[in-house]
Amino acid sequence: MATIVVEVMLKPEILDPQGQAVAAALPRLGFTFAKAVRQGKRFEIEVEGTPTAAQLADIEKAAETLLSNPVIETYLVKVEA
Amino acid sequence: MRIGVVTFPGSLDDTSALRAIRLAGGTPVPLFHASDDLKEVEAVVLPGGFSYGDYLRCGAISRFAPIMSSIIIAAEHGFPVLGICNGFQILCESHLLPGALTRNQGLHFVCTDQPLTVENNSTPWTSGYAKGDRLVIPIKNGEGSFQASAQTLAELESEGRVVLRYAVKNPNGSKNDIAGITNARGNVVGVMPHPEQAIESLTGPSEDGLKFFTSILQSMVGR
Repeated sequence: MATIVVEVMLKPEILDPQGQAVAAALPRLGFTFAKAVRQGKRFEIEVEGTPTAAQLADIEKAAETLLSNPVIETYLVKVEA
Repeated sequence: MRIGVVTFPGSLDDTSALRAIRLAGGTPVPLFHASDDLKEVEAVVLPGGFSYGDYLRCGAISRFAPIMSSIIIAAEHGFPVLGICNGFQILCESHLLPGALTRNQGLHFVCTDQPLTVENNSTPWTSGYAKGDRLVIPIKNGEGSFQASAQTLAELESEGRVVLRYAVKNPNGSKNDIAGITNARGNVVGVMPHPEQAIESLTGPSEDGLKFFTSILQSMVGR
């Protein structure tokens, strides 16, 4: 069993008010290290065995059409054992 | 004149949209997301609400509903479509309209009577207005901040495809104060404000929204 991970992030030029809210909350807890925070999404997709090239190509398609909106987001596909 | 209103799981304003069509003098036809049957309507409204709980992204899952495959094909051939609030989000996810609606600047759900300016009265949904008309129509959304690339914004502006603009105050950080846009052909219109909630002085802040529905009826007659 392998897990295919798709990470989706807002493009840098798109305002991320959720990330900004997190960045503003950190110093209130005494964490002063963060210059900026961006918030994204992580999908974990389980497949049987080692993913095939065809499956990975399909995941790319799914990431582009459903899991992310290419107008405002970028995605990254990774395989975890 | 038969005008359809699609009900998705989680639609809220479908009944109000059907009622607005009736008060404007049209025949409202309820359509269902799980069917691809447009029931011979001559135009369609995608209403407001939280289809599929806004899961994943607003409108992202509705975009793949069976009814949307019929609407997307029809819209590409000039069929009039109006998306209101969640309907606007669905049209952007369907790529019938450019750009995207993102989380409001300030993170607040904004529910207010919003002053607006009509920028484009050449669409079948806005032909009853005059360019520059000032309207007051409710907005109620958490993800109404219109975002698009600089190139897309320049195209929308130079082609006169901004339909409505926020006046007095931009409530959510939308680029260029954009509250509504149309496609290049002019048949698909998406607006964040709710014209169906401003059709009677008894229940709304104004009657300024009614002309969206009378406009489409007149446009279809004149065709």
